[in-house]
Amino acid sequence: MKSSRRSFVAGASAAALSGKAAFAQNKYEDGVSDTEIRIGNTNPYSGPASAYAAIGKTIDAYFKSVNEAGGINGRKVKFISMDDGYVPSKTVEVVREMVESAKIFALFQPLGTPCNNAIQKYMNTRKVPQLFVATGASKWGDPANFPWTMGYQPDYHTEAVIYARHALATVKDAKIGVLSQNDDYGRDYVGGLKEGLGKEVGRIVRSVTFEATDPTVDSQIIQLKDSGANVFMNFSGPKAAAQGIRKAADLHWKPVHYLNNISASVAAVMKPAGYENAQGIITAAYLMDATDAQWSDHAEMKTWSAWMDKWMPGANKADANHIYAYGVSFLMTETLKRCGSELTRANLMKQAAGFQKFRVPLLLPGINVSTSPTDFYPIQAVQLERFKGETWDLFGDIMHAESS
Amino acid sequence: MPAFPKKWLWVVLILAFGVPLLQPILPDAVSNYRLFLVSTMIIAAIAVLGLNLLTGFNGQISLGHGAFYAVGAYTAAILMDKLDVPYYATLPAAAVVCFAVGYLFGLPALKLEGHYLALATFALALAVPQILKYKWLEDLTGGVQGIVLSKPEVPFGLPLNEDQWLYYYCLVTMIVLFWAANNMLNSRSGRAMMAIRDHYMAADTMGINTARYKTVTFGISAAYTGIAGALSASAIAFVAPDSFNLFLSIKFLIGLVVGGVGSLTGSVVGGIFYVLVDNSAQAISTFIKNDLGLQFDISAYTIFGVLLILLMYLMPQGIVGGVYVLVRRFRRG
Repeated sequence: MKSSRRSFVAGASAAALSGKAAFAQNKYEDGVSDTEIRIGNTNPYSGPASAYAAIGKTIDAYFKSVNEAGGINGRKVKFISMDDGYVPSKTVEVVREMVESAKIFALFQPLGTPCNNAIQKYMNTRKVPQLFVATGASKWGDPANFPWTMGYQPDYHTEAVIYARHALATVKDAKIGVLSQNDDYGRDYVGGLKEGLGKEVGRIVRSVTFEATDPTVDSQIIQLKDSGANVFMNFSGPKAAAQGIRKAADLHWKPVHYLNNISASVAAVMKPAGYENAQGIITAAYLMDATDAQWSDHAEMKTWSAWMDKWMPGANKADANHIYAYGVSFLMTETLKRCGSELTRANLMKQAAGFQKFRVPLLLPGINVSTSPTDFYPIQAVQLERFKGETWDLFGDIMHAESS
Repeated sequence: MPAFPKKWLWVVLILAFGVPLLQPILPDAVSNYRLFLVSTMIIAAIAVLGLNLLTGFNGQISLGHGAFYAVGAYTAAILMDKLDVPYYATLPAAAVVCFAVGYLFGLPALKLEGHYLALATFALALAVPQILKYKWLEDLTGGVQGIVLSKPEVPFGLPLNEDQWLYYYCLVTMIVLFWAANNMLNSRSGRAMMAIRDHYMAADTMGINTARYKTVTFGISAAYTGIAGALSASAIAFVAPDSFNLFLSIKFLIGLVVGGVGSLTGSVVGGIFYVLVDNSAQAISTFIKNDLGLQFDISAYTIFGVLLILLMYLMPQGIVGGVYVLVRRFRRG
């Protein structure tokens, strides 16, 4: 550090207090230097939720590709991703290690609702950004109370509200049967559905749950059919969703079928369920599906596909987690880029809250990222689509849902 | 297995109390994060001690101690969250609740031996996270979202930070609990417990009320693990059903076997082991991948497994037993 004698005293005491050097122009905080930005992350690389590990791996590969192209404003990203096994107490442990020992600049895309719950207070006390969290819960956009936490994707709650309103508006005399996974994600959907139905909540004639580890959902589908429901709200993960679609067809049960968008993959759900059984299913999407033929010539999809071949060789491109992680990594890179040389945590949050209709690749056409100091929900729009032939057919307007 | 030599015990205790105060001199070596990590080791040691009382000293097996840990944690969390009970008062409450739960579970468990008891406790570990999510309890337990808590505040204006205070809080609790366990084991009741382990029928013939001893031991064991759970609720400042999965119970068992079955010192070593190895396995895994640049992924669990197998081959009696054998051989030679 170059400095005059007079400023040395001030500089030394500042350095002693905060443990960082004061440079002439560049403003840095923990985890940033002239050559490096340290970004932390937690992902379930082990345990029952380890299917999500694809997200952590894609983000890692993305930052490697950014580094190879020269980094962000000349600085390389050091991406530190730790395994918490989807166990919240472990998340606290590894996040403290990253913040206090590894001195990360910010935490990016920590995954899981309970895991993020466990660290939110800590991150905000420490004033370390907990940015673009990977959960579908609706509580991550609360800048008044948690100015250091920001969400990313449209939340499950809002998605279910949209299904409820659509069903009420289009199905005459709706009788609703609900299938949901017995965990936080399933409950978020059911909560949203009830809110969306409002006074009409009595239209739910049957609500059944299953465990993520259950081998089949056959008995649940039979119960739903027996209830006489003519609307089927299917809030289940890919495997159970495919089984449910097939079973409903086997039973000749033909309700108006709403399927949550995490299970909207053509290759992972619609094909194994049988295209003929999946006709007419409705979902609300915000991402392009790599296995949907209508996007295969889209420029962003081609770029992504070539990127996958180079940086994630051997990965299953039908896995929507890769699309998701690619997009959010792009947004993070842009946020860091916009910080310029003022790499302070406050500035990072300011930049993250300053996106105006920003295009993130692989979002559906017309869906953009918009944030503001009071709006910490980056993606709020979804569009309904109906399965037709072997592809999703977008219909209606893009819906901008204000989250509760 | 022999008791820990007295004079060394004092050295360890003085170090345990003194080292955290060196923080102003050695801020990196005695960082808050490390103190927090040692606190989690202490909590694990108490939980392993609870399991050791049951398995090591009384010969009953449990694959479900994570359940009692969860009950203790939730008892503390609900008391703090709903009734604003101060954090230190939650420990006796958790102990009482867990003793009751353990005692009641111990009654039907009397009819179960060996493998059957293992299965019954296994079922308990599976059931508890589901029960915590149950909708009728949701108002109390926060369901899948869990309960966010505050960290223990430093009392009496002591010049300590939160992590230092948490460390001392855990340390003092551990010392009291180990002292109590040591006294109990060296009493008539303790000898009865071990007699039941060594020869059930003989103990019965000697006039020991085996049924009562077994159920009460189950209760005490659950209470110890429950106190550890309550401490963890304060330390992590958050509880959620996902924190208490089946693997937690298995980890206690690993800590028990690795540290030393039927040894108080072994419980401490076991607690330290599982926190330390769990963390270092991940560090080794990333080191192999990033720094050595090897092109294959070795997951942290693979390394954890390899370490465990090595240890069981080299020290089949656990670390404490292994060290004891080494020391004896060294003295003789």
